[in-house]
Amino acid sequence: MTTDTMIMEVKDFSFTYAGASSPSLKKINLPIEKNKITALIGPSGCGKSTLLRSMNRIHDLYPGNHYEGEIRLYDGDGKGGNILEIKKENDFIKLRQDVGMIFQKPTPFPMSIYDNVAYGLKLAGIKDKSEIQGRVEKALQDAAIWGETKDRLKESAMGLSGGQQQRLCIARAVALKPDVLLFDEPTSALDPISTGAIEELIAELKKDVSIVIVTHNMQQASRLSNYTAFMYLGDLIEYGKTDKIFLNPSVKLTEDYITGRFG
Amino acid sequence: MGGTLFKNFSFFSATLSFFILVGIFAVLFNYAQEALQEFGINFLYGETWEVDEEDEGGIFGGWIPIVGTLLSTLIAMVIAIPLAMGIAIFLTEIAHEKLVKPVSIAIELLAAIPSIIYGMWGLFYFAPIVQSTVGGDGVGLLTAGIVLAIMIIPFMAAITRDAMNTVPPVLKESAYAMGATTFEVVKDVVMPYAKGGIIGSIILALGRALGETMAVAFLIGSVMSIPSRITDPTTSIPVLLANNFAEAQDLEISAMYYLALILFVVSFALISLAKFYFFRKTV
Repeated sequence: MTTDTMIMEVKDFSFTYAGASSPSLKKINLPIEKNKITALIGPSGCGKSTLLRSMNRIHDLYPGNHYEGEIRLYDGDGKGGNILEIKKENDFIKLRQDVGMIFQKPTPFPMSIYDNVAYGLKLAGIKDKSEIQGRVEKALQDAAIWGETKDRLKESAMGLSGGQQQRLCIARAVALKPDVLLFDEPTSALDPISTGAIEELIAELKKDVSIVIVTHNMQQASRLSNYTAFMYLGDLIEYGKTDKIFLNPSVKLTEDYITGRFG
Repeated sequence: MGGTLFKNFSFFSATLSFFILVGIFAVLFNYAQEALQEFGINFLYGETWEVDEEDEGGIFGGWIPIVGTLLSTLIAMVIAIPLAMGIAIFLTEIAHEKLVKPVSIAIELLAAIPSIIYGMWGLFYFAPIVQSTVGGDGVGLLTAGIVLAIMIIPFMAAITRDAMNTVPPVLKESAYAMGATTFEVVKDVVMPYAKGGIIGSIILALGRALGETMAVAFLIGSVMSIPSRITDPTTSIPVLLANNFAEAQDLEISAMYYLALILFVVSFALISLAKFYFFRKTV
């Protein structure tokens, strides 16, 4: 594995929450492959969401958390900056535009459908109205929600169904043309049909963007992902191609979890 | 049996408040009749407030106290709104956890101070400061407005803070996750989301400022004259009512009921507006 195929690389990464005496993540090493879907699985409390939330440093909204190690974000030339060294607000903004995030529950902003998608573009400093309009339309199409929303762009996003809201949130993130999209259990609040639509969408999106997804749903991980990392109690137990992890895991603990013996 | 009694009792309690409201309005309207017939709508523009000692009548107009009430409230709101918003934003979005509790407690305690204490403090301590820095007599519109602002800020800040606390953390996180700064998150997500509560707090504070008697009585100067400068003394509806009631007779009493009716209607309209915003679904 070389840096050519990686978009992100987690190296000896440890994370301790504010006020906690022991780290929640211990010396994690994990590559995130370009234009692939990497699933993080493991029982509750294993640290998979904590790891995901480190990748755009959203943890920094709450003071006192402690990082160690490196998380590198590679650009087209294979050069990678350590995102854990970011201190300036402008660099945080850049990071979060490069590494987008979708949350467990749909989080439409209290504004119109159009403005929800245009919002990130305006934050990014794009002023040209026709460019914004074009990118909003493209993002809504990419997120497979254009057909349902094109006649009601000026209406409040709060009026959409849960599944539609989640696709709107994906459109909002896609509009910024990020390198990486982080999904934190994106379908756990949705019904099976909406879940199916979101899964299809995620599979489609990997053409343009690298994806990391945290999921509790083992079928979802096996259906969707190319690579899977199994985590347990703050350690990364096993990482590999999804087929390998699910069909022929090397570690007994992974097998026990996947076959449902605990979790 | 117990159930019926309980139902009847709670029905009685609920209707009681309604009857008190209607009753007060009816009493004000009834006692204001004499002045209503004597002066009609012109009462609103009349600038004189003179008792004719001989026939126990006189000429009464509400313009000066109405203007005084509205201006002192306006000054208070102009000062209080940005400061209260600032406090609420600081407490919900910026302050370190350890600072939130002491500041919140201080604000709640400020809201609990009786208004007469604000009045005394304003008169003996604050009015001389206004006099030496801005000019004027010390007491007057500006002093009353500033102290009114200080009185309503804690109240407004506390309600606004509660409204802003209802914004789901994940909603703010998702704005940050798109590269928004704290200022942008407050402006584009927190304020619109909490809009109903914020506007409600402003209008409730406005109602309180309009009706405040004790502190304003100390500070506004209680003079029947139209202020030409912001530091000039004037009077307000509650202050005029409190000062004149003891000696008033006949037509003056009726004129005061007329003033009270105006204050009642204005306050009632504003509170209704606040309710409308509170119960309207936010975006």
